[in-house]
Amino acid sequence: MRALLAACLLLAMTVAAPAVEPREKLPDPAQEARARDISSGLRCLVCQNESIDDSGAELAHDIRVFVRERIAAGDNNRQVVDAVVSRYGSFVLLKPPVEPATYLLWFGPPVLVLIGLAGTFVWVSRRRATATAAEPAPLSAEEQRRLQGLLEDQDR
Amino acid sequence: MTRALFLLPLLLFAVVAGYFFTALRPSHDTRELPSALLDKPAPAFDLAGLGSDKRLTLDGLKGRPSVINFFASWCAPCRIEHPVLMRLAKQDKVAIYGISYKDKSEASTNFLTTLGDPYRQVGLDPDGRTGLNFGVYGVPETYVLDGNGVIRKRFVGPLSAEAVDRELLPLLKKLGAS
Repeated sequence: MRALLAACLLLAMTVAAPAVEPREKLPDPAQEARARDISSGLRCLVCQNESIDDSGAELAHDIRVFVRERIAAGDNNRQVVDAVVSRYGSFVLLKPPVEPATYLLWFGPPVLVLIGLAGTFVWVSRRRATATAAEPAPLSAEEQRRLQGLLEDQDR
Repeated sequence: MTRALFLLPLLLFAVVAGYFFTALRPSHDTRELPSALLDKPAPAFDLAGLGSDKRLTLDGLKGRPSVINFFASWCAPCRIEHPVLMRLAKQDKVAIYGISYKDKSEASTNFLTTLGDPYRQVGLDPDGRTGLNFGVYGVPETYVLDGNGVIRKRFVGPLSAEAVDRELLPLLKKLGAS
């Protein structure tokens, strides 16, 4: 029992460790924090669904070092990201930028929702129109007579 | 008009099916990315030469189309690709330059003496920085440069004989290599 508890406790203490190695780190904590922030938004092109901050791949290491070099050289975050994008393309950004090639990605879903809403609106308003417009015609004299007959039959 | 609305699901299906048809076809490699540097000047490099004092530089390549091949002795696909490069070198249509990516120079020399050397000249990129500047994300990668040093094509992964015949040679012809 005690062993099980200890095991659970140990398991609870595990956290996803970033792949950043001590020798990569910048001496300035503020700069290192910026590097971590930038790295978490950059895709590792070898594993493709991990950021370079999480990935243990060799290439991720190279890009992490590159990012830190640029920061140490005085680049701002934007310049660092641009430098990586100019080499690897906007695919390295885990969050795709809004540009003509990604318009469908960004605006497709809202446009589909709008089309759906418009369709529903047209459908509902049309149904309402037919419901009110198709007021039943008054009974003809012949129908009136038959109805009267039926009702009288029932009463008997 | 209302009738036409019934075609909408069919149309949507056609669009989605068309997308899947192109995206899921067996020859489509999702790992293959277009180079960000396509039709842009290649990044400058100045690398120590393998087995010679002559440095491999971008400026040294300019003047005629060239092929740059990133390789490493530790890379298995490079061995698969190697005969294709040898055949291309034998055709003598274009100068092939090798960049030894993150490899020890002795290992690269060993690789080339054992298997044959298709390269006119080999540069050493031990820390992979030149590779990073090119946007290399795995070896082998092969770049075709025109005479002005502009990247015209990138091949990711081992170059196949088919890719050479269908894409590389026609492109070189267009670029005026002889």
